[in-house]
Amino acid sequence: MEFMKNGKRIDNRLPNELRPIKFEVGALERADGSCYVEHGGNKIMAAVYGPRAVHPRHLQQANRAIIRYRYNMASFSVEERRRPGPDRRSIEISKVSREAIDPVIIKEFYPRSTIDIFVEILQADAGTRSAGINAASVALADAGVPMRGLISSCAVGKVDDTVVLDLVKEEDNYGQADMPVAMDVRTGEVTLLQMDGHLTLDEFEQALELGKIGCASIAKMQREALIQKYRGEEDE
Amino acid sequence: MNDVIAEIKRDYIYELAKRSERADGRALDEYRPIQVEVGLIGKAEGSARVKIGNTQVLVGVKVQPGEPFPDAPDTGVIITNVELVPLASPSFEPGPPDENAIELARVVDRGVRESGAIDLSQLTLPDGKVWLIFIDVHVLDHDGNLMDAAALGALAALVNAKKPCERYGYGPDAPLPIKESPVAVTAVDLDGEIMLDPSLDEETIASSKLTVISGLQGALAGMQKSGTGTLSVEEIARIVKLASSKAMQIRDDLFGGSTDG
Repeated sequence: MEFMKNGKRIDNRLPNELRPIKFEVGALERADGSCYVEHGGNKIMAAVYGPRAVHPRHLQQANRAIIRYRYNMASFSVEERRRPGPDRRSIEISKVSREAIDPVIIKEFYPRSTIDIFVEILQADAGTRSAGINAASVALADAGVPMRGLISSCAVGKVDDTVVLDLVKEEDNYGQADMPVAMDVRTGEVTLLQMDGHLTLDEFEQALELGKIGCASIAKMQREALIQKYRGEEDE
Repeated sequence: MNDVIAEIKRDYIYELAKRSERADGRALDEYRPIQVEVGLIGKAEGSARVKIGNTQVLVGVKVQPGEPFPDAPDTGVIITNVELVPLASPSFEPGPPDENAIELARVVDRGVRESGAIDLSQLTLPDGKVWLIFIDVHVLDHDGNLMDAAALGALAALVNAKKPCERYGYGPDAPLPIKESPVAVTAVDLDGEIMLDPSLDEETIASSKLTVISGLQGALAGMQKSGTGTLSVEEIARIVKLASSKAMQIRDDLFGGSTDG
């Protein structure tokens, strides 16, 4: 498969170009905070409940809130129907996504409680964990959960020996490497880093740098989406 | 994994880290002694016991003919599983694999798969079936750095494994088509000091660790950050460089630089 033609990718993007991204803050009524994101072909809804009481109670921590994160794919979100419920992939993604968000939440403010984050992948087109983390981060802010910063995430990878930002499905499936990154752009702290495929050490450094740039663009969009919603409320 | 550690021990390890020292006297980039024994499970087509210090894992590889995935009829199948059995640690509980076991298995699997350690196209059989390779990691003693022990065990067991051709009427037994030699190196960052092969105590107090899997030429095949801590871009770059060269050294020591035959 040929991925790069005249410096452009299969969907006509430049190597360092993100797909179109749209955040909708507060998309759900019942959740304490929510965010719907469209990221290229991905359609993802994130909701936050809490801080609230922990069930089962033995999970509660005396000095801080616990964070739970559930990444779930809808059975219709992919080409071939997916069996509903958690599989090994989504259990791992839930774990690393929780660990990506956890460091910025000020958990000490809410002992004995839980902050539950639910991310539903309604339509998947590569980079769902990253887009899910972006939406979850905005949903947490929408819920008023105190945080040290926003977490932004994107994938970088390699196709036709070129390091590229924000892979689409074909690039992810048939490309040479995939590396999701999440960070607090303000402090430069990386909170998620995974990689599979083949990267030389030089390519890796390029990829990490490109990931940083991608996260910075996304952070800006997250901020703007939040500001837009809450400025609107002030005016009313 | 929810191991608890006394405040005083935590402070002690941090104090040592400030002076670039470790509680067990190792240098920051030094591994505990690594021991690999292969072929100790006769019923398995390949097996390896890996000890890194007191950490101990046993990896069994079963190879049997079976149906390929419908979307990849000409490639063999790798299935990796990790059992964190309760005999290995007071913090492990019986039951189906939890997220830690699943993460561990998936990182080991990615290392083997993405590095191209096994040439899956050479695993087809004349009757339309393919070889299924089950890599099962049984953790026996958890004293830190399970990731590296499991990955090393998987590699050693695969190199040790034979396709049981005779048993199924496909001619004489043959080794697996091994093409790469992925080695995992895990690092933690304590107060700016990067330590390789974290002991259980070090891994418990470090809030995150980074596993880097690299191949024969030093290129990266897989990576995983695990835990709720954060790492700076500079720290990551340092760890990756260090891990890639350490992996070469470990490979040379254990396999003499090559995994062929």
